[in-house]
Amino acid sequence: MNNKTHTPLFHVSKRGALKWYQSWAIRGAALLLALVLCGLVTTWVTGEDPIAVYKSIWKGSFGSARRAWVLFQNIAMLLCVSLAITPAFRMRCWNLGGDGQMLIGGLATTACMILLAGKLPNWAIIVCMVVSSVLAGAVWAAIPAIFKAKWNTNETLFTLMMNYIATQLVAYYIIVWEVPKGAGKIGIINQATEAGWLPTIGSYKYLLNIIIVAILCVAMYVYLNYSKHGYEISVVGESERTARYVGIKVEKVIVRTMLLSGAVCGLAGMLLVGGTEHTLTTTITSGRGFTAVMVSWLAKFNPIWMIFTSFLLVFLERGAGQIATNFGLSASFADILTGIILFFIIGSEFFINYQINFRHTAGKEE
Amino acid sequence: MFDFISFIPRAVMQGMPLLFGSTGETLTEKSGNLNLGIPGIMYVGAICGVIGAFFYEQSAGGNLNGFLAVAIPLCCSLLGSLFMGLLYCFLTVTLRANQNVTGLALTTFGVGFGNFFGGSLIKLSGSAVPAIVLSGTSAYFRKTLPGAGSGAFGKLFLSYGFLAYTAVIVSLAAAWVLRRTRVGLHLRAVGESPNTADAAGINVSRYKYVSTCVGSMIAGLGGLYYIMDYTSGIWSSDAFGDRGWLAIALVIFTVWRPNVGVLASILFGGLYILHMYIPSGMNLAVKELYKMIPYVVTIVVLVLTSMRNKRENQPPASLGLAYFREER
Repeated sequence: MNNKTHTPLFHVSKRGALKWYQSWAIRGAALLLALVLCGLVTTWVTGEDPIAVYKSIWKGSFGSARRAWVLFQNIAMLLCVSLAITPAFRMRCWNLGGDGQMLIGGLATTACMILLAGKLPNWAIIVCMVVSSVLAGAVWAAIPAIFKAKWNTNETLFTLMMNYIATQLVAYYIIVWEVPKGAGKIGIINQATEAGWLPTIGSYKYLLNIIIVAILCVAMYVYLNYSKHGYEISVVGESERTARYVGIKVEKVIVRTMLLSGAVCGLAGMLLVGGTEHTLTTTITSGRGFTAVMVSWLAKFNPIWMIFTSFLLVFLERGAGQIATNFGLSASFADILTGIILFFIIGSEFFINYQINFRHTAGKEE
Repeated sequence: MFDFISFIPRAVMQGMPLLFGSTGETLTEKSGNLNLGIPGIMYVGAICGVIGAFFYEQSAGGNLNGFLAVAIPLCCSLLGSLFMGLLYCFLTVTLRANQNVTGLALTTFGVGFGNFFGGSLIKLSGSAVPAIVLSGTSAYFRKTLPGAGSGAFGKLFLSYGFLAYTAVIVSLAAAWVLRRTRVGLHLRAVGESPNTADAAGINVSRYKYVSTCVGSMIAGLGGLYYIMDYTSGIWSSDAFGDRGWLAIALVIFTVWRPNVGVLASILFGGLYILHMYIPSGMNLAVKELYKMIPYVVTIVVLVLTSMRNKRENQPPASLGLAYFREER
C-alpha cells in the first residue's frame, strides 16, 4: 500500500543549443514583461495612466534635438566603457574597475590640459592627452591584473578598491587645481583658449565622440572574433587548464587583456573630459563602470549587440529621469526601473539554458 | 596626543555597519553564493526601516511608544532585506543565473530604491515635514547602557545603542554556528562541494536559500544601524556610500571568520575616520589622500592573503558557481 514513489511535479533538465532567434525571442518576451511591470510601478508611484508614462519616457529621450544628442552621447560613453571591459569579461576576469580607470584617464587628460596650456600647440596637447590617458588607464588596470596573474588575487574586489583610490586621487587634485581657490571644483578648463578641447565636427558637439566609439565598436568586434588574441581570450575564459595545455601563456593573456581593457577605459575618460565636459569631478563617470557590466553581459559579450543593450539602458535612464522631473521625484527612479529590467532578463536566461519537463499524470493515477 | 577615548567609540560606530554586512556576507558565501548585492541590500534595509519609522512617527504624533518605535523599523528593515535575499536566491539558486551579474543588478536596484524613497517619501506621503528626521525613533535606538557617561570604561564599552551589541553577538553566534554545530558543518559542505553534500542527503537549495536570506537580513540591519544610530535618524542621499563594498572586502580580510570580524570591523571603522584625526593643518587636499587609507589597506590584505595561500584561508571551493544536480 505504502510503496508510492514520489514523482516531483516537474523536473529541470539542460537544453541543447537554441536557435539564435528563439533565444532572442525569449529575451524579448522578458523585456516586454519587464517594461509592462515598469509601467505599472510608475503608474502606482505617480498616479498617471500607463500610456502617458511611456509617452513621457519617449519624450525624455527624443523630445528635442538636444535631448536626442545627449541620449546618443550617453549611449556612446556607456558603450565605450562596455567595450573596454568586455575582453576582460570574456576571459572571466571581473573587471569592476571601469569607473576608476575612466577617472584616472580623465585625471591624466586634465593634467595635460592644465599644465601644458600655452606651452605647446593645440594638436600636441591633444596627442599628449590621448597618450597619457591611455597609459594611465592601462596602468590602473595592470596593477590588479599582475596580482591576479601571479597570485590569483581576487580581481573583483581589487579593481573595486582601485575605483575608490582613483576617486580620492581626483578629489586631491581637484583641490590642488581648484579655480578659484576655495571653490572645491575646477570649473571649465581653458574656457577662453579652448586649449586641449577636442575639435567639434561642424556644430555638433557630440558627433566626434560618437564616431570614435562607433569605430572602436567595430574594431573590438573584429579583435574579439577574428584575431589570434581574441581566440586566446575565449580559450582562457572557457577553461584555463585547456589554455595551458595548448600552450597559451595564461598570465600573459590576463595582463595583456586587462591592459587593453584599462587603456580603452582611459580613452573613455579622455573623451569625457576633453571632448564634452571640459572639467573634472569625482562623479564624472556617473557609475558607468557598473552599468557597463550589465550592458556587456546582457549582450552576451558581443560588441554589436551592446549597441542595443546600451541604448536600452540609457533610454530608460533618460526616460525615468524625465518622469522623475515631471513629478518632482528623486532621479534614482531610473535605477529602480533598470533593476527590474535586469532581473527579468537575468531570469530569462534560465529558460534559454534549461527546460522544464512536467510530470505526465494522465493514466498514471492510483 | 592622540585622543583614543574619543577615537575608539567613533571607530566602533563606523565599524558596526561593516560588521553586520560582513557577517551576513560570510554566512552567504559559506553556502557558495557570492552576493555582490550586499551594498544594495544594506540600502534597502536602511530605507525600509526609515519608511516604517516615518509612518509610525507620523501616525503617533508626539508620543511614541518605546517598544513599537523600535519594533516597527526593525521588522520593516528585516522584511525588506529578506525580500532582497529571496530575490537573489530565486535568481541564482532556482534559476541558476550568474551570481556576479545578479548581485550587481541587486545593488543597482537597492541603491536606487533607497535613494528614491529617501528622496521622495515626503512627497509621496503628502506630509508637511521638510526633511526625513526621525529623531524620536532614533532616540530609542541610541539608548545607551547605564554608566555610559562615566569615565573611560563607560565611554569605550557602554556608550552604544543596542544594535551595536547585537552586531557583536550575532557575529559571535554566527562563528559558533559555522564551526561548532551540525548545521554549520552542513552549510560549509554545501559551499565547498555541493555535489558531495547532495549525495550525503543535504538539501543544497534549502541551505543556500536559508543562509543567503539570513545573511541578507543581518546585512540589512547594518543599514538600519547606520541610519538610526550613527546619523541620528537623518536620511541623506548616498550617505551610506561605499560601506557595502568594504563589508564584502572585510569578509576576505577576516578569512571567512565572523568572530575575527568584530575586531577587524572596528579597525576598518578606525581607518575610515582616521583622516579626521590626523593633523594636516590648513592643507585640505592632503585630507583627501588620507581617505584612501582603508582602500589601500584592503588591497594590501587581499594581496597578502592570496600570496600566503594557506589551505584554511581559502574561499569556499564552489563560491560563485551555480549548482545543478544533473551537471557533470
